[in-house]
Amino acid sequence: MFKQLFAVSLMSLRTLPQRWGASSVIVIGIAGVVAVLVSVLAMAAGFRHTLADSGRADRIIILRRGSDAELNSNLTRGDIDTIENAAGLKKDAAGRAVLSNEVITVVNIPKLDTGTDSNVTLRGVGLQVLKVRPELTIIEGRMFRPGVRELIAGAGAAKQFRGLTVGSVLHMRNADWTVTGIFTSHGDVHESEVLADVDTVGSAIERTANYSSAVGLLTDAAAFDRFKDALTTDPQLKVDVEREPDYYAAQAKELTKIITIVGNTVAVIMAIGAMFGALNTMYSAVDARGLEIATLRAIGFGAAPVLLSVMIEALVLSFLGGALGGGLAWLFFNGHSVSTLGAFAQVVFQLTVTRTLLIEGVLWACVIGVLGGLFPALRAARLPVAEALRAA
Amino acid sequence: MKYLPLIWGTLWRKKTRTIFTLLSIVIAFLLYGVLQTVDYAFENPSVGVDGADKLITTNKFSITLLLPFSYGQQIRSVPGIAHVTWMTWFGAYYQESKNFIFAMPIDADSYFSVYRKEFIIDAGQMAAFRKDRQGALVDVALMKKFGWKIGDKLPLHSTIWTQRTNGSLDWTFDIVGSFDARDPTEASQHSSSVFFHYDLFDEGRSFGKGQVGWFEESVDDPAQSAAVSRKIDAVFANSPNETKTQPAKDFTIAFIKQLGDIGFVLHAILAAVFFTLLFLTGNTMMQSVRERIPELAVLKTLGFTDSRILGLVIGESLLLCVFAAVVGLALSYLLMPIVKHGLEGIDLSHGAQPAGVGLAVLLALIVGLPPAVRAMRLNVVDALMDKR
Repeated sequence: MFKQLFAVSLMSLRTLPQRWGASSVIVIGIAGVVAVLVSVLAMAAGFRHTLADSGRADRIIILRRGSDAELNSNLTRGDIDTIENAAGLKKDAAGRAVLSNEVITVVNIPKLDTGTDSNVTLRGVGLQVLKVRPELTIIEGRMFRPGVRELIAGAGAAKQFRGLTVGSVLHMRNADWTVTGIFTSHGDVHESEVLADVDTVGSAIERTANYSSAVGLLTDAAAFDRFKDALTTDPQLKVDVEREPDYYAAQAKELTKIITIVGNTVAVIMAIGAMFGALNTMYSAVDARGLEIATLRAIGFGAAPVLLSVMIEALVLSFLGGALGGGLAWLFFNGHSVSTLGAFAQVVFQLTVTRTLLIEGVLWACVIGVLGGLFPALRAARLPVAEALRAA
Repeated sequence: MKYLPLIWGTLWRKKTRTIFTLLSIVIAFLLYGVLQTVDYAFENPSVGVDGADKLITTNKFSITLLLPFSYGQQIRSVPGIAHVTWMTWFGAYYQESKNFIFAMPIDADSYFSVYRKEFIIDAGQMAAFRKDRQGALVDVALMKKFGWKIGDKLPLHSTIWTQRTNGSLDWTFDIVGSFDARDPTEASQHSSSVFFHYDLFDEGRSFGKGQVGWFEESVDDPAQSAAVSRKIDAVFANSPNETKTQPAKDFTIAFIKQLGDIGFVLHAILAAVFFTLLFLTGNTMMQSVRERIPELAVLKTLGFTDSRILGLVIGESLLLCVFAAVVGLALSYLLMPIVKHGLEGIDLSHGAQPAGVGLAVLLALIVGLPPAVRAMRLNVVDALMDKR
C-alpha cells in the first residue's frame, strides 16, 4: 500500500511541470488568500504587540474610579500623596516612591505622509519617570529638563509625525517647545507619544496640581493585591488600580477584535473562491492523467493510493501557495510602520508577521487544498478503468 | 446577438469547469462590491441632510482641550454666521462600558436652530424636553435596544464628569421623548445618541464650568464655508485658546483619516483578489480554446471570418465574466445590511456596483484576448489535423 502510494505520488508530482499552467492556479490562488490573511492579521498582531509590550506585571497604573482611560481621569495632588505612601510601592535609594504622576493630553501634529492633523499623545511625566520606566532609552539627543519647554519624542512618533526631530521647535499654545531627544521603550505604546515634564505640560494646558494618572513600580508583582486593597479601601480615595498589562490589553481589545474579524471574514470569502480554483485545477489534472491512472489501476494499483496521490498533489500545490503567500506578506509588510487612532490618540505600530501567523496561513492553505482535492481525487479513484483506456 | 446560443453552448462544454470558474468570479465581485462600498463610505462620509452649511470649531492645539464659553458670542458676530451652538464630550456608558452612549449636553434653542431639519421630533415631546431640566431625548433605535420608555429614569455613567454635589460620575436623566433621523440612511449615525440640557450639565459638574468642548455653526451661504471658517479662527489668533474651524465634512474626513489608510488596505486586498482571479479565469479560457481547436477550425472552414472567431471567443469571455460579476455584485448588494450592522454609524447608501460591471468587462478582455487571438490565427489545415 505505502509502496504503491509512494510510487503513484512520485509519478504525479514528476509530471507536475507538464501541467504547470493549470497547477499555477492553485498556487497563485492560495498565495493570494494567505497573503491577505497574514497581512491583515499582522496588523492586529502588531497592534496587540505594541500595547502588550507597554506593560510589566509589577507596574501599576492608577486612575480615578470609573474613568476607564487616562484621558478621562483626574487625580488631585492629595491623591498622589496618599498613593505615594501606600504599602507595596517600591522606594528608591533615597526613600522616594517610584511613582510618576502624569498629565495626558492629545495635541494636533500633522502626519508626515498625508499632512493631516493627528491626535498625538503629549504625556507630562514626573521626575521619577526613568525609575518607573527603566526601558526608556534616549537614542538621540538628550532628556528634557524639568521646568523648561522641552520634550522628547518616541521613535515611532518621530517616524510618523512632522517636526519631531532633535532640535526642531514645536509651536503649541502660543509657546515654543524644543525637541531635545528621541527615545525608544521596547517598541511599546509610549514610542507613539511625546514626553515632557509634568508641571511644564500642566501649566501649558492650565491643569496644575491635577493629574491624569499615576504610574508606579511595586516592590514585586505579588504585592499587587496588598497595594490595590490599601488604595481602594481608603474612603478618602476614589481610584481604580490596574496592572499595566491588563490596562493596555483592555485598550487593545476592541481594535484587535475588529481587525481579526474583518481579516478572517475577507480571507474566508477569498478561500472559498480559491477552493473553486483548486477544484478546477485538480479536476483538469485528473482528466489529463486519465490514461495514466487507468493504466496504473489496470496493472494492479489500488484505488486508495490513486485517491491519496491526487490529494497529495493538491496538498503540495496548496502548501507551495501558502508558503508563497506568507512569504510575500512577510517580505512586503513585516516591520512596516503604520499608525491608527487608539482610543483618542494615535498609536504607531509595526505590522508583525509572526511565526504563528505563517503557520496559520499554511494551515489555511492546506485546508483549501484538501477541500479542493477531495472530489477530484474521488473521481480519479472511481475512474472506470476499461472505459478510460478505450477512450485513449 | 444571433451567436449568443453558440457562445452559451461552448461555455457549457465543460460544465464543472465553467461552474467553478463562475463561482470564483462571483466571489471576487462579491468582495469587490462590499469593499468598494465600504471604501466609498469612508472617503465620502455623510454629514447630514443639512450638513453642507455646518462648521465645527475646536481647540487648535488639542481636540481634548476646552474653549471658553464666551467664544460663542464672538463667533456669532462673525459675518456670515447664521447660528452657533456648543457641546461637550460627555463620554458616557449605560451600565457597562461596552454600552457606549453618545450622550451630548446641548443648548436646545441654539442646537435646534443649527440643526433645523436633521431630526423628526414630536412637537409635544419637544415642548416637554424644553420644560424639563432633567429631561433627555433618546434616539428611537436606542430606546428599542434597551427597552426604555418615555417616563423612565435614564442612569448614565460619565467617564469624565463628576457631579459637584456628590463627586459621583453617575448622572440620571428623565426620558421625555425620542427622535429619529429625517433621512433614514443617516439613522445609524445617531443610533446611540442621547440629548440632555447643557445648563444642567454645566451647573452640575464639579470642574470645567464655563467651558465648552466645541462649537458648531451654520452659515448663511454654504459656498462661503471655508472663508467664514478662516474669519472665525482669525478672531482668536494669538490667544491662549486658538481655534481650528472647518466644514463639518472636512472634520469628519480628517477624523476618518486618523484611523489610517483604510483605502490602501482595501485596495491592496482587492488587487490580490483580482490578480489571482486573472490567473484562474485566464487559465479557464486558455484551456477552453485549446480543447476546441478542431471545432474552431471547422467554423473557419464553414466561412467564419478571423474577426468573427475573435469576436466569438471574446464574447464567451465577456459572457462568463459579466454574468458572474453581475451575480456577485447583486449578492454584495444583498449583503449590505449585514455590513452596515458591523460598521455602525457609516453610511453605505452609495453602491459601487455599476463600476464593478466595467471592471468585469475589463477582466473579460484581458483574459479573453490572448486565447481569442490564438483562435483567430489558427491555420485551418494544421488545426483540423490536430486531434486535440
